[in-house]
Amino acid sequence: MEPHELAIAAKYIGAGLAAIGTGAAGIGVGNLFGQFLNGALRNPSAVDGQFGRLIFGFAVTEALGIFALLISFLLLFAV
Amino acid sequence: MAGEAGSAINPIEQFSITPIIPIRIAGHDFSLTNSSLYMVIAVAIVCLVMTAGARGGPGVPGRLQSAAELAYEFIAGMLRSATGEKGMRFFPMVFTIFMFVLVINLIGLPAYTFEVTAQIVITAALALLVFLTVIVVGLKEHGLHWFKLFVPSGVPIYILPLVVAIEIISFLTRPLSHSVRLFANMLAGHIMLSVLGSFSVMLLGAGIVFKVLAVVPIVMNVGVFALELLVAFLQAYVFAMLTCMYLNDAIHPGGH
Repeated sequence: MEPHELAIAAKYIGAGLAAIGTGAAGIGVGNLFGQFLNGALRNPSAVDGQFGRLIFGFAVTEALGIFALLISFLLLFAV
Repeated sequence: MAGEAGSAINPIEQFSITPIIPIRIAGHDFSLTNSSLYMVIAVAIVCLVMTAGARGGPGVPGRLQSAAELAYEFIAGMLRSATGEKGMRFFPMVFTIFMFVLVINLIGLPAYTFEVTAQIVITAALALLVFLTVIVVGLKEHGLHWFKLFVPSGVPIYILPLVVAIEIISFLTRPLSHSVRLFANMLAGHIMLSVLGSFSVMLLGAGIVFKVLAVVPIVMNVGVFALELLVAFLQAYVFAMLTCMYLNDAIHPGGH
């Protein structure tokens, strides 16, 4: 195999490996909403006051998955 | 392989900065680029909406005034809950950052527009502004007592050096995570929209059976666009919220 072809293959393998991180962020976001629903069903009166915190946690957790997706995109299109 | 059609559409190309009015002063590039044009538009929109909303008038408040008051109350409430009444003197800064980022995120969303916050240099400049404000204000207000920020109270003495080292590292990496969060969300979102759009183009070029399937990425794109609308607001909110939390360290060091 030519060195150039090997580099392209490594690029695509790296992009695929980087995309695994989005699954980890998926676990995090699922955990977040699951726990929120768990707490919300126990004490429905507190839901409205904690909604901002839920969205904040979602955005911060989602950002980590986006970082992994960004590395994948950069490997695919920018390298 | 669909590499032929795919290579024609480069999802990164939309982020390239092109000069509109080239200006060179003493060998330096001061051109009006598409990036600076969109920033000027964003500032103009914010100024127009807020001045028109703050003008008031006789009788019932209109829609613009309600929108301006809503934005004001939203940020004021967030800052007050994060930093207390002492932090309200930072309100103009936090409100400016929030409105600037929000309007830039929203006007960069439609097709053929330019997303300024998908440039790391813009978000890094905003994050460094907050970071340096925290250091300067903290040192000015509290002097050397400000360094209590890195020494949490109630930690056993044998574990204290480790905790202090972790606190210092986490403080120094703040501008990095603060800027990359906004930048990466905007960049990845716009690449995603572009990639889904290129799927349609590739399917249209693939043959009669696949032409029917080309509508599927378009439907997906509508959903992703709705998500991006949410993300555009959320990331502006998170950016302003983190700004409030970091400013709290300048006002109340050692309060955690």
